[in-house]
Amino acid sequence: MLVHVDPDRCCGAGQCVLAAPDVFDQDERDGTVVLLAARPPADLAREVADAVAACPGGAIRLEEGVPR
Amino acid sequence: MATAAPATSHPAAAHPATSHPAPRGACPFAPPPAYQQAVRDEPVTRVALWDGAPCWLVTRHQDTRDVLADPRFSADAARPGFPFLSAAARQIGAGKTSFIRMDDPEHSRLRRMLTGDFTLRKTAALRPAIQQVADRLFAAMTTGRTRADLVADFALPLPSLVICLLLGVPYEDHEFFQRCSRSLLNRDSPVEEVLAAQDALTEYLDTLTDSKRGNPDDGILSRLVERGELPTEEIGAMGRLLLIAGHETTANMTALSVLALLRHPDQLAHLRAHPEATPAAVEELLRWLSIVQTGVTRVAVEDVEVGGVLIRAGEGVICQLNTANRDEDRYPDGDTLDLTRDTRRHVAFGFGVHQCLGQPLARLELEIALDTLLRGLPDLRLAVPFEEIRFRHEMTVYGIETLPVTW
Ligand code: SF4
Repeated sequence: MLVHVDPDRCCGAGQCVLAAPDVFDQDERDGTVVLLAARPPADLAREVADAVAACPGGAIRLEEGVPR
Repeated sequence: MATAAPATSHPAAAHPATSHPAPRGACPFAPPPAYQQAVRDEPVTRVALWDGAPCWLVTRHQDTRDVLADPRFSADAARPGFPFLSAAARQIGAGKTSFIRMDDPEHSRLRRMLTGDFTLRKTAALRPAIQQVADRLFAAMTTGRTRADLVADFALPLPSLVICLLLGVPYEDHEFFQRCSRSLLNRDSPVEEVLAAQDALTEYLDTLTDSKRGNPDDGILSRLVERGELPTEEIGAMGRLLLIAGHETTANMTALSVLALLRHPDQLAHLRAHPEATPAAVEELLRWLSIVQTGVTRVAVEDVEVGGVLIRAGEGVICQLNTANRDEDRYPDGDTLDLTRDTRRHVAFGFGVHQCLGQPLARLELEIALDTLLRGLPDLRLAVPFEEIRFRHEMTVYGIETLPVTW
């Protein structure tokens, strides 16, 4: 699982941090998404999928099938 | 179902059968029956606005998310065809507005000046301060008394004190801005009254912002001044947005949540037995109550198909959050308040780039409010029959005027 974020599309509502706090954080200054783990462990897959679905700006993208 | 409004000024439009907002039915917590019917029969349907103008009503969960995430639907009230929900809104919308009525990139440029103040981490750090405010209000409400109006004594002052603190607005002026805020959100207010409230609030915040120039504090207004990127009026417009949003939404969510729990004793008992369940309970209450009762307005800038219906460029759209949040496809048995259900992806805060900026704060305030009240008042109950509670149908943000309780 490989995670991409696009801070340009991020509106800083923090849904990703709420869903997957080990994978996402927010920038101190403008609240935009910060990726903590581009290759999160498999047991976080559901949390990451939730973050993708919850992100209102479509700022998170998942690439499946990438070896960890 | 409501009678059709006259559509004479829009001869080309089909006569919509339903008005917006439609009246509520027997359950004051449920979305209007006409809209719930629409979810089943015609999920993207035509409604008539207050002036007879036709508008699309989007009622289902996935369609709502699709529309609100799609840049082909604009939030810019200056665009032709934008649906206004009152005459006053039309007049205000034609003038200067805050970034909620702008599209990207301008919207995101302005919004990002605030997002840093509302991150989850920054908000979480406010917990002790908010708890202190809640404890103080709670003590004042309960000391030597056994009865109170939960709205005036707790639900409204809590978020009001907190947003004033965050913005750097003196709370002593709360009667003034609470009055302005009510007029602005009341669709039945006379146009002159709304415009006067808007002007008064604008002037107040502009003056306050200017006063921070020589005299900074650590509030958001001061910080925006220090950035030096925005003129006073734009800082004032942001302050106005935050002040209003900070007042009515959380206050009404708190009061309605308590009322909903009192009407669902099994759910209340569950929450009392499981204090750790409060965050989940807050999410379910957000979903079930969906207090932005008039929905979220957009205008199509291109022809777009939504749920199999073609919406043409220049046509208005209202995403009805309350029906979306009870859509059976997403939330089985959606009309039932169930604090243990999976509430993920509810749209109570909207969706897309305009999704509520203050949602971490709202969640935290609701959690603290419910915990403080339920922990402190094990015997909390209504002091009047439920039938006497007056629901605020005329408000953009649903709520109740007063909530007499005893313990
Ligand atoms: S959920 Fe999306 S828009 Fe919100 S902070 Fe995370 S990446 Fe940004």
